[in-house]
Amino acid sequence: MGSGRKGVEVSIAMADAVAQADVDVIAAYPITPQTHIVEHLADIVADGELDAEFVPVDSEHSAMSVCCGSAAVGARTFTSTSSQGLALMSEIFFITAAMRLPVVMALANRSLSSPLSIWNDHSDVMMVRDAGWIHIFIENGQEAYDAIFNSFRIAEDPDVMLPVAVNMDGFILTHMIEPVEYVDNELVKKYIPEFKMKNALHPDCPISMGCFGMPEIYTETQMNREVGVVNSYPVIIKAWEEWGQLTGRHYHPVETYLSDDAEYCIVTMGSFGETAMEVADMLREEGEKVGVVKIRLWRPFPLDEFRKAVLGKKGLIVIDRAISFGGPGGPVASEVRSALYNKKGAPVVVNYVAGLAGRDVSRKDFRNIILEGKKKAESGDTEGFTLYGVRG
Amino acid sequence: MDKYSVFSARLVEQTEYMASGHRACQGCAEVLALRLVLKALGRDTIVAMSTGCMEIISSPLPLTSWNIPWIHNAFENSSAVVSGCESGMKAMMRKGKLAPKKINFVAMGGDGATADIGMGPLSGALERGHDMIYVCYDNEAYMNTGIQRSSSTPYGASTTTSPAGKASIGQQTRKKNMPQIAVAHNVPYVATACPSFPFDLMEKVKRAAEIPGPAYLHILSVCPTGWRIPPDEAIRYGRLAVDTCMFPLYEVVDGKYRLTYRPNPVLPLKEYLSGQGRYRHLTEKDHEKIESMMKSDYEKIVKLSDEV
Repeated sequence: MGSGRKGVEVSIAMADAVAQADVDVIAAYPITPQTHIVEHLADIVADGELDAEFVPVDSEHSAMSVCCGSAAVGARTFTSTSSQGLALMSEIFFITAAMRLPVVMALANRSLSSPLSIWNDHSDVMMVRDAGWIHIFIENGQEAYDAIFNSFRIAEDPDVMLPVAVNMDGFILTHMIEPVEYVDNELVKKYIPEFKMKNALHPDCPISMGCFGMPEIYTETQMNREVGVVNSYPVIIKAWEEWGQLTGRHYHPVETYLSDDAEYCIVTMGSFGETAMEVADMLREEGEKVGVVKIRLWRPFPLDEFRKAVLGKKGLIVIDRAISFGGPGGPVASEVRSALYNKKGAPVVVNYVAGLAGRDVSRKDFRNIILEGKKKAESGDTEGFTLYGVRG
Repeated sequence: MDKYSVFSARLVEQTEYMASGHRACQGCAEVLALRLVLKALGRDTIVAMSTGCMEIISSPLPLTSWNIPWIHNAFENSSAVVSGCESGMKAMMRKGKLAPKKINFVAMGGDGATADIGMGPLSGALERGHDMIYVCYDNEAYMNTGIQRSSSTPYGASTTTSPAGKASIGQQTRKKNMPQIAVAHNVPYVATACPSFPFDLMEKVKRAAEIPGPAYLHILSVCPTGWRIPPDEAIRYGRLAVDTCMFPLYEVVDGKYRLTYRPNPVLPLKEYLSGQGRYRHLTEKDHEKIESMMKSDYEKIVKLSDEV
């Protein structure tokens, strides 16, 4: 593949990163909009550029099951899916985390049926929010490429041993052609050395995995999972720090833009962040003290960093890309509200849901949301959420 | 000795890979089948098991009955999980990440896991051609959850979700023919077996392990609890199933059928049906109907075997 800057489709860059990570097993089932990733991996394997087993499975449920088997024997394992595929595999998605199997998944976020839609929102990932996976959200092609290496590094760390999902907005990111700076294979080898799993299935050391738990022990197993996810946090930070040292590209669980002196901040996850920054620039010129807070790490939720970024602001305008039907707000807003509850200097939180199923949210829309949201915040109209731009 | 067929109990592998002290019901022929399968496979084996009786009785945290590497993941996906184990190890051995070794990759499930919920993953794994063995322990209903009917429950059997009543004979559909479905995948080895015929069973397991590519074993596993028979009758009912031709023992190697046991004399079907609680509501007429179904199924297998 070679290092250096390339103009490349984000899916292709991601697949190239998986190949550079020298994965052993790829389980793949076609679903839009993740398909280009596994198609390109199939090409790479067919051309002999990557020595791996490409397992073209019968369903997403089997895809995640194959990943479990493969990771259980200590093989470096990758899969990718979207939407209905994630819904179908959700049973095994939870088990993967519970069994502490370090699978890495590219999750091209797409809306859930019905009505059937292939376009982007975050309803798929929110469905599995509580599975015990580590969830990273990215906002451009470079981040997609980098996140693959970061994810293997985090997942396979002996102190973590958890699956990682790299969330990226379907089509909006997966199908864009962007400049991506490739790293060389030597750097990758240094950053993610060969995976040597401590308790892999092998006849020389017979162990039992996936035993059943009676009530006397089930609670302890869940505590183990919770501690595992929480303890992954410092490893994630370290993995990003080292990546920054090696490549000059620095990542943080919460990223801010023009937020230091801002009165109001837009809170986003994923590709919304790019537009939000442009709109913040525009509004600054109009004299509005607006900044952007982007949540990159969704699980484990970076409570301290998030609070540090927003406490003392007047208000937050949280833009969600999924609805929690009948709930108090979108999933991100609910999280934000609970993170700030009872905290001194907590800003008021106004919540919008926008961009469902790929509906375009332009700079103009962002501007409207921010200005309207600011008014709502000032007038104390902060309950629930507003579904932006809905007709009828 | 491993290279020869075993016909003496003394020559059977002494090591137990399934430890005693598990929680199976008294007289469970399924766990006996499992024990024999593991003896035939030996230590270099990785088992992926579906949720079900054998999983529940053998793995209550923090205990395990397994003396070989074992993984349970979910109900329907043991064949996909084992596909992953095989693919992962194959890749790692090829890349020099793992020392080369011949390992038996074995998926196991009950008849519900095989013929119902796990049918898709099993079909996918057989079609993809992994070097694996799938073992179906067929006790003809969902016994673990309390004797509910599966598509492998035979016609006329009363279960908790196909109860016999004034308006129903019990199970109203015919038993799904899983071995034939496996054969239709053009896999190199398919066989039926029953722990009441232990040497035949172990020989088939060994053959399945030797042949590269996917193999499918369908093992009739008498369940005294679900069939409503005394626990000490399990072996006898296994023999009766075979000797009445209700469950023929055969193997299919590269599409070629061979009956590995021809009952002589063939025992009357009534002997098999009449002692089982699940069939006790059946009339003479019902017996005749079941017999005619059974005969037509058996004759098909005989015909296919004679063609070779």
